[in-house]
Amino acid sequence: MSRSINWRGFVQAWSEHVDFPLFRITMLLMGVGLLTVFSATWSGQERMPSQLLNMAAALVLMFVVARIPPQRLMQLAWPMYLFGLVLLVLVMLFGIKVNGAKRWLSLGFTRIQPSEIMKIAMPLVMAWYFHHFENRRWFSKYLGALLILLIPSALIAKQPDLGTAILVFSAGFYVIFLAGLSWWVLGGLAAAAMAVAPFAWHFLHDYQQKRILTLIDPTTDPLGSGYHIIQSTIAIGSGGVIGKGYMSGSQAQLEFIPEKHTDFIFAVFAEEWGMIGNVILVVLYGFLIERGLRISLRASTTFNRLLAGSITMGFFTYAFVNMGMVSGILPVVGVPLPFISYGGTALVTLCTGLGILMSIETHRTNR
Amino acid sequence: MSHFDDQDNSRKFQGRLSTASVIMLVAFFILVLRFFWLGVVQNSYYTTRAEDNRLTLVPVVPNRGLIFDRNGVLMATNTSAYTLEIVPGRAGPIDQTIEALSKVVTIEGKDKRRFKQLLREAKTFESIPIRSRLTEEEVARFAAQRYRFPGVEVRARLFRSYPLGETAAHALGYMGRINTKDLERIDEEGQAANYRGTDHIGKAGLEQRYEFEMHGISGFESVEVDAGGRGIRVLSRTPPVSGNNLNLTVDAKLQQVAETAFGKRRGALVAIDPSNGEILALVSMPTYDPNLFVDGIRSDDWDVLNTDINKPLLNRAIYGTYPPGSTFKPFMALGALTVGKRTPQQAISDPGYFNFGNHTFRDDKKGGHGMVNMYSSIVHSCDTYYYTLANDWGINGIAGFMGQMGFGSKTGIDIDGESRGILPSEEWKQRRFKRPEQQKWYAGETISIGIGQGYNSYTMMQLAQATAILANNGVGYKPHLVRSISDVRSGGVREIPLEKAHDVALKPEHVEVIKNAMIGVNKEGTGTKAFAGAKYVAAGKTGTAQVFSLNGGNYSHGGTKEFLRDHALFIAFAPADKPKIALAVIVENAGFGATSAAPITRQVFDYYLQGIVPKGPAPDEPGEPVPESRDVANYVDHQDDDYDAQKALNTPTPGPFVRMPSNASQALPVRKKP
Repeated sequence: MSRSINWRGFVQAWSEHVDFPLFRITMLLMGVGLLTVFSATWSGQERMPSQLLNMAAALVLMFVVARIPPQRLMQLAWPMYLFGLVLLVLVMLFGIKVNGAKRWLSLGFTRIQPSEIMKIAMPLVMAWYFHHFENRRWFSKYLGALLILLIPSALIAKQPDLGTAILVFSAGFYVIFLAGLSWWVLGGLAAAAMAVAPFAWHFLHDYQQKRILTLIDPTTDPLGSGYHIIQSTIAIGSGGVIGKGYMSGSQAQLEFIPEKHTDFIFAVFAEEWGMIGNVILVVLYGFLIERGLRISLRASTTFNRLLAGSITMGFFTYAFVNMGMVSGILPVVGVPLPFISYGGTALVTLCTGLGILMSIETHRTNR
Repeated sequence: MSHFDDQDNSRKFQGRLSTASVIMLVAFFILVLRFFWLGVVQNSYYTTRAEDNRLTLVPVVPNRGLIFDRNGVLMATNTSAYTLEIVPGRAGPIDQTIEALSKVVTIEGKDKRRFKQLLREAKTFESIPIRSRLTEEEVARFAAQRYRFPGVEVRARLFRSYPLGETAAHALGYMGRINTKDLERIDEEGQAANYRGTDHIGKAGLEQRYEFEMHGISGFESVEVDAGGRGIRVLSRTPPVSGNNLNLTVDAKLQQVAETAFGKRRGALVAIDPSNGEILALVSMPTYDPNLFVDGIRSDDWDVLNTDINKPLLNRAIYGTYPPGSTFKPFMALGALTVGKRTPQQAISDPGYFNFGNHTFRDDKKGGHGMVNMYSSIVHSCDTYYYTLANDWGINGIAGFMGQMGFGSKTGIDIDGESRGILPSEEWKQRRFKRPEQQKWYAGETISIGIGQGYNSYTMMQLAQATAILANNGVGYKPHLVRSISDVRSGGVREIPLEKAHDVALKPEHVEVIKNAMIGVNKEGTGTKAFAGAKYVAAGKTGTAQVFSLNGGNYSHGGTKEFLRDHALFIAFAPADKPKIALAVIVENAGFGATSAAPITRQVFDYYLQGIVPKGPAPDEPGEPVPESRDVANYVDHQDDDYDAQKALNTPTPGPFVRMPSNASQALPVRKKP
C-alpha cells in the first residue's frame, strides 16, 4: 500500500519554525557567497559546488535547530559547554599541529576543531547562567561568569587561534554586557585591559605580534605578513566606486590576493563590486543584525533574549572583524566573512546560530 | 522556568540593546568610511598599484647580427634551442629539484657543475640553465611533469652558433654569459636598458669588438602576469630591432684551406690583401670550437681548452710574439737601400762567420757563402751579410726604419688582444730595464738584430703587415676583419673606410730589388722546393727562429723536447708583380732543420690564386740549416708596460751581448707567468 506524501503539510510543518526575514537575508548573503567563491576559484580548484553542498547541509541543520524549543536548548547548554571544554583540554594534550597551531583533534577518519563548538556553547551557557542567577549579588554572579568565559577563551587563544578566541570571548562577553554589567565595571575592565596590554603583548605569539605591527605599517614586511593587507587594500582601493565587474578583478584573478576564497574573500568581492557593493553588503549584514536584535528584544525569557542578543552580536563580530582586517584597520586574525567565505565549519556554526534565533522567534507564541 | 516580571530588568536590557546597536552602527560606519577612503579618495593610487602588480614590461631580446665571410658564407648565426632553466628564487631546494629533474631529463655531472658555477654569479630571480639543447622528447617528458617543478621552465632560446665550427674561431671570438665586468662595459656604453633581457655577450674576437653593432635594440612586451610572475597574456608589443650583420674581409674557404694546411701543427698565419689591408685569413692553430662557449662553457670543456699544452685559446696570430728570424732580412735590405747603407751591387766576402770583439757570430753555412751581394744574401739567407749590415747601420737606424714598417707597434686590427711586440732600440732598452748596467745598449747586441734574432719579437700580424707594405710599395692600410656592416632593417650597407696607416718613402727601384730577390728565394733559394711548379710568381722569404725560453710551466711536462724545437717562418706575397695576397706564417717547433711554413703558404696561394683545394695538410720538408748562434726567441709578454726585463728575456745577466750556451736545450730557464 502506497501512502502519498503530503508535501504541503511537510513544508508547512518545517516552515512553521522558519523566520522568513532572517531566512531571506541569509539566502541573499549565501548567494553573494556562492558567486564570489566561484569567481575566486573557477580558474583553479573549483570550490562552488562543494560550497553549495556545505550550504545545503548547514541549512538543513538550521531547520532542525529551529524546531528545537529554547527550553530544550537551555538543557543542552551545560552538557555542550562541558563537552567542548573536555575536547579543548584534549586538543591541548593530544591535538595535531598544523602550521604551528594545535587546533585539531584527530578522530582517525576525520578531524574536528572543538573551538568551533564553543562558539555556540559559550552564549548558551552564559545565557543559562544569567537566566538562573539573574538576581544574585552582582559580585559572585560576575565572578562565576568570568570563569565560564575565560577558561575556554584562554585555551583557544593558547592553541593559538586568536580569531576563534575573540569570537568565543566576545559571545560570552556580549551576554555579560546585555545582562547589565554596570558601566562602572565595564569602564574599569576597559581601563584594566589597557593597563595590562603592554604585559599581554609579551604573551602573544611572535606571529601575532607581527600582525599587529604589520597593521600599523604594512610596508615594514611587504613580502611577509604585510603582503596580505597590502594586496587586499589594493584590491579594495582599485575597485573604486562601481568595481571592476564580476570576475574581472585583476588582483583576484591573477592570484595576488592570498586566501582569496576563505578569509580574504571580501577583497575579491570589493574589487569586483566596488564601494557600492561594499555598502550593500554592509547594509545586508545590518539587516541581519537588525532582525536578530528584534528577535532578542521580543524574546520571552532572559535566556532567550540574552542568547539571541549574543548570537546576533556574534554575527556582527564576524562581519566587522573580517572586513576590518581585509580593509586594513584590524589585525589579521582568522575570522571568515559570515555566509560568504568558503568553508563548511563556519557555515555550520553560523546556521546553528540562525537556527537558534529562529527557534527563539518561532517558539515565542506558543509558550 | 524562571519568572521575570520586573520591568526594570527588561528596560535595562532594552537599553543595553540600543547601546549595542549604536556601537555596531558606528563600527559599520567606520568600515564604510574606510571603504570610501580606499575606493574613492585613494582610488587612483590603488589603481596604479594594481596595474603595477598586473603588468610587467618584458624585454624582447633582438636577434643578434649575423657574420658573413667576404663571399657571403655564413660564419655566425642564431639557432633556436630548448633549455631547461631554474629560477632559484622560485624553485624549491635546489639540490632536491635537480635530483628530481635528473629523473625526467638527462642531467650529467658537468651540467650540475656548470649550473652551480652560474648560480654563484647570478642574481636571485635570474633564470639559470641546467640543461641546454633538450631533445623534443625530453621537452615532452618534462612538460608532462611540469607541475612538480615550480620555478623550473623549458624555454626556447636563440643561441649563437658557428656553422663552420672551429674555422676562424680566433677571429670570430665567442659568446658567454654576461658577468660583472661585462655589465660595467654595458654601463659605460650607456646600453644598460637595452641589455635588460640579454644574458649573453661577445667575450672575444669580433663578437666582442662589434658587440654593440650586432646586439640590436631590445623590444618590449607589456605582459599581464599573475602573482607568481607567470605571463598570462601579452597586451602590447614593441618589436625589437635586429642587430647589424658583419661582412668580413675573411675568405672562409681560404681560412679553412690554411687551417687544414697546418694539420696537427701549432702556429699562426695572417694573410692580407696588400692593396687595402683586408685580412683574408687569420689562423691560429690549434683552434677550438666557439660553439662550446655559447651557453656557459662546461667546466671540463674549459679545463681541456685551458690546460691543453697547445693553448688553443691563445690567439697566436695577434698575441704571440716571435723573433722573425731570416724573414727580417728583406726588410733589413730594403732599409739599407733606402737609407743608403748598401747598394744592390755591393758585395761582401762571407767566410762563414763574423767577428765582433772577441765573439764570433756564425753563419748558417759552414765555410760561408763566398761573395754575397744583396740579391744572394736574401736568396741564400746569408747571415754574415746582415751581421755586417746591422753593425754598420746601428740599432737606432734599424729601429727607425722598422718602426715605419709597423714593427713594434700594434697594427690596429679590429679585434682585441693584440701584442705590441718588441722593436729593440737604445731607447727601448732604457725603458725596459731597471738597472743602469742593463739599460745600456751594447753594440754587440745589434749584430743578431740584423738576422731577426736578438731582442726582436713580433706578431705574425705585424710581420704580415710589413710584408703587405713591402708588396704594396710602401703603402699600408690598417688591417681589418670587417669590410662592411649591413643594417638588416634599412638594407643599408656601411663600408668600413680604408685607413692608410703606413706610407713609407721607398724608391721603386729599391723595392724592385727586394721583390726580385724574394722571387729568387722561391726560384733558386730556400723556397724553391715549396714553390716548384707554381703557375704564378710568388715572392717569399724563409726564416727559422730558435726557441729560447718556455712560456709558462705547462710546457715543462710531456712534450718538452718538441717544444724546444725551432719555429719555422715564411713571409710571401703573390703574384709578385701585382700582389693580391701577402702573408706571414709561423709553424711552432717545426723541428730542427725542417720547415713546413713554406708548403703551407704554397697551399694557401694555390687556393687563393688558382682555386686549387689541397688534398691534405702541407708536407714537411727540409728547411734552411740552423745557424749556430742565435739569441732570444719566443713569446714576449704582450703588455709592454708592466713587465720587468728579467722575466721578459730570461737571459743570464746580460753581458756585452746576449748569448746562448752551446748546450742550450739543457740550460733553459723556465719562465713562469705571473
